[in-house]
Amino acid sequence: MTDTTAATDPIRLHKQLHRIWRTPPGFGRLSAVNHTIVGRRFIITAFVFFGIGGILAMLIRAQLATPRSAFLGPEIYNQVFTMHGTVMMFLFAIPLFEGLAMYLLPKMLGARDMAFPRLSAYGYWCYLFGGSILIIGLVLGLAPDGGWFMYTPLSSRTYTPGINADIWLIGITFVEISALAAAIEIIATIFKTRAPGMSLDKMPLFAWYMLVTAFMMLFGFPPLIVGSILLEIERAFDLPFFDPARGGDPLLWQHLFWLFGHPEVYIIFLPAAGVMSTLLPVFARREIIGYIWIVVSIVAMAFLSFGLWVHHMFTVGIPHLALAFFSAASTAVAFPTAVQFFAWIGTLATGRPQLKLPMLFLLGFFFVFAMGGLTGVMLAIVPFNWQVHDTHFVVAHLHYVLVGGFIFPMLAAAYYWLPHFTGRAPRLSLGITAFWLIFIGFNLTFLIMHLTGLLGMPRRIYTYDDAAGWEWLNLVSSIGSFVMAIGFALFTVDIVLQVTMGKRARRNPWGAKTLEWATAMPPPAYNFASLPSVTSRTPLTDARGIAVDLARGQGYLGFVREGRLETLGVEITSGRLEQVIRLPNSTHIPLYTALVTAVFFVGVLLKFYLVAVIGFVATIAMLLMWTRGWGDRADRGLMPVGQGEEAPPHTEVTGAPSNWAMTLALFANGTAYASLAFGMLFLWVVAPNWPPPVLLDPGLLASALAVAGLAAAAFAAMRSVAPAVLAKAPQRELWLAVAAAGNGAALAGFIMLMMAVPDPTRHAYLAATFVLLAYVALHAALGVVFAGYGIVRSRAGYVSAMRSLDLRIGAQWHRYTAGIGLIALLLIHGLPRVMGS
Amino acid sequence: MSTLDTAGPAAASIATLWWVMLIGATLIFLFVMALLALVFIRPGIGRGTPASWWLVGGGLAFPAVVLTPLLIYALWAGERLFPTGDPAVAQVDVVARQWEWNFTYRNAAGAPVQSSNTLHIQAGQPVQLNITSADVIHSFWVPRLAGKIDAIPGHVTVLQLKADAPGLYRGICAEFCGTAHLEMQFALQAHAAEDFNAVLGGLPPAAAPDVNAPRGRP
Repeated sequence: MTDTTAATDPIRLHKQLHRIWRTPPGFGRLSAVNHTIVGRRFIITAFVFFGIGGILAMLIRAQLATPRSAFLGPEIYNQVFTMHGTVMMFLFAIPLFEGLAMYLLPKMLGARDMAFPRLSAYGYWCYLFGGSILIIGLVLGLAPDGGWFMYTPLSSRTYTPGINADIWLIGITFVEISALAAAIEIIATIFKTRAPGMSLDKMPLFAWYMLVTAFMMLFGFPPLIVGSILLEIERAFDLPFFDPARGGDPLLWQHLFWLFGHPEVYIIFLPAAGVMSTLLPVFARREIIGYIWIVVSIVAMAFLSFGLWVHHMFTVGIPHLALAFFSAASTAVAFPTAVQFFAWIGTLATGRPQLKLPMLFLLGFFFVFAMGGLTGVMLAIVPFNWQVHDTHFVVAHLHYVLVGGFIFPMLAAAYYWLPHFTGRAPRLSLGITAFWLIFIGFNLTFLIMHLTGLLGMPRRIYTYDDAAGWEWLNLVSSIGSFVMAIGFALFTVDIVLQVTMGKRARRNPWGAKTLEWATAMPPPAYNFASLPSVTSRTPLTDARGIAVDLARGQGYLGFVREGRLETLGVEITSGRLEQVIRLPNSTHIPLYTALVTAVFFVGVLLKFYLVAVIGFVATIAMLLMWTRGWGDRADRGLMPVGQGEEAPPHTEVTGAPSNWAMTLALFANGTAYASLAFGMLFLWVVAPNWPPPVLLDPGLLASALAVAGLAAAAFAAMRSVAPAVLAKAPQRELWLAVAAAGNGAALAGFIMLMMAVPDPTRHAYLAATFVLLAYVALHAALGVVFAGYGIVRSRAGYVSAMRSLDLRIGAQWHRYTAGIGLIALLLIHGLPRVMGS
Repeated sequence: MSTLDTAGPAAASIATLWWVMLIGATLIFLFVMALLALVFIRPGIGRGTPASWWLVGGGLAFPAVVLTPLLIYALWAGERLFPTGDPAVAQVDVVARQWEWNFTYRNAAGAPVQSSNTLHIQAGQPVQLNITSADVIHSFWVPRLAGKIDAIPGHVTVLQLKADAPGLYRGICAEFCGTAHLEMQFALQAHAAEDFNAVLGGLPPAAAPDVNAPRGRP
């Protein structure tokens, strides 16, 4: 029943929408998938971890306040500083902006939810569970203690025999699932679920920043995940990737870690810069200058950031020419940074700036981040880096960058959007006092820490004697840090007061021009009763009454169709209306999936590998269950969307968000695979103790079986989505069966090859070969499952010539598996020949 | 321990670099902050300036003018700090392990001798250190003489340094290397030319090559 008459009765429309979009109360809250709720949970959880990380920081400063302090011994101190860095980076900064993006993006883009609400919820649970593993480790005194970048061989089994390092590797990898999920979801959401008419060049800058950030996460996290998996394999099964005595190399870890770790800095900075570019024009009371310049500089920053990781490794003995290249690349980041900096100052200079509370925090950003940027240029200068690398100078620099470039903008964001979250405005102005305490405390702590470093104090030492002249510097830093802590406590009090006792806020209190302020405050689960059509970058000034019109149901989709949750999808660049996207309602399945995923990770952590296998299989089964009963059993064709326009459902178009999700997931997967292949070639070229004592003799029969299987699977998958085949159920199911069989044959071939590898613990070459083959074997095995599941979906009536989404997603997987399989075969056949000659 | 209280040419060159960069950075910082203050003290002050002035002038020209000479200067300074590879330069093999430093030299008779946690060099003469590690990554650093370089198992890294005058200089491991990281300190004793051979002559002969030390690859 399509109820297109509801537009005449807004109250009834809101009630209908509320009924289908709401999250149940009580335990039903665990089933929340809505972006407003999940985003809020990410933000609150991140701030809880910020509190934990902050307490750890206080312990560090208490220990270092006086020389020869007996407060913490080295065992505890090493855990404390490792966890401080780990918590702040992985459990605070990244999840905080993920939560903010989840909460804001659909509202800013004029949509009702993120593209994959259940994935948001699953990501949240993975984050919570993975983070909890680390915190439990800390409470039990088993926290990782090798520094937050976990350098091998210190983190290898020989030198860290306990469970501490495993807790880091397993906990962080678990949390990274949520980062990858968020990356995929943010890109798909920004690409597809915008209001009609919002072409890319009309998109709010915050969305541009998040789009680029998400792409960086997609390519930045896989090297870290691969590194972590390899290190865990080395620790658990003795496969020597990082052991120089057996052809491994500790530098491989550093490359993989910083290949992630440097982009990570920009991954944290860009969302905060997005907040700057969003808030600043509001307080300058004019549009931002240089919109296109800013977009170009964000993209430039992303590219550059992947070319600079070696500047964390200037002291590992790399030739000067290479150092000069990375030094120049590092300083080149100053250009896109300066473009944004001056675009912001220019906007203020040409506008009518108002010094409201969020603006005060933005000014804090300018002061602190400018200094962090300048010391960053200094550190990019190779000879200077040799002196201050691994000293407190670097500690000071990175806090200027991260606190300036992330925390100040995020505190501004908190005050700016809090009325939106709660519908409440502040009664007191504790925020100003909090700002000055944080600002003064911060500079007191870290400004003189530059000098501490120049006077020779290395980082990560748990105490010092009074011969070096560092006492007063450290004491001042410690006093400053406690001032800062009081400031953060006051900030927390202020926020709690505003949330609980604030007065009713009026709509759009800052006079902003972005769409999120067109919702009610606090927003309903569905954001907009009907969706806007966008014609400019400042939708709220174009049509003053837009919020009321939308609430009255006078935009798109101002009705409920058959109790389905719907939002609109657009063509990526033009923002032309393309599809009606159906979204899922509250469900516990993401929670259950995360729980069985936790079984896998805890199984690996405690070395109960049978339990881990059960957890893995259960996770895959659960993920397949997400689609159960989901989809249409009949073609729908064009459906009315209001405003006299029509669009097909997302299951019947080529550019469905889930099709994009698979493409993006395969990009990330391909990056992981490339990191693995890079690792193998890196060891061959650089590591000591090569060539290996034995070479693999890959059997021709097994290789032929693998090639034939991969080719058959890829070809069959392609045929299964050909229009002529799709139309006939028996034909498409036959081709799917061929794809399953092909993957099965490839799996057999790769297992035979793996069995031919002589003892992979003997040498890194054998270990890398084994893992490369296992990687492809796993993909072939999943290929069998996916092709089989395609048959199930087809039999259940979810597939037709028009509704081919399921099979196209599967076909992407089979083609990809064939690709990585052939590369693996080339490597394992080619490398022994090159080395043998 | 201060990198600014220099006692050798490498550290001195880097300290000069630091003072140059500090002055430049301070001027830039003050300029930007003054601009920002002006914007609030005199609202609308920039209304006459076109957007491109901010973007091209501030975003492109400004960093180009500052960074190009800095990079050229740093490249030139860095090149002079790299080991010369001159065979006449005295060589010392340095092996770091948890948690001590081992130094192996050739004495006047050409026989290998060694010392632990104290490195003896001749003042006024450059010395080339060939550094590796027997276990985890460490980092060799004598702040008053030169920058640091990592000691990495399986690799040999090279550092050339010189002390201008005889004296005792403190060294420390700069890469976190486990529980007793802090204790991994050492002394660098620079001797006058006339004493140096006697000092080396008094050192015990080096043990047989360490079987645990992995084969190095530079």
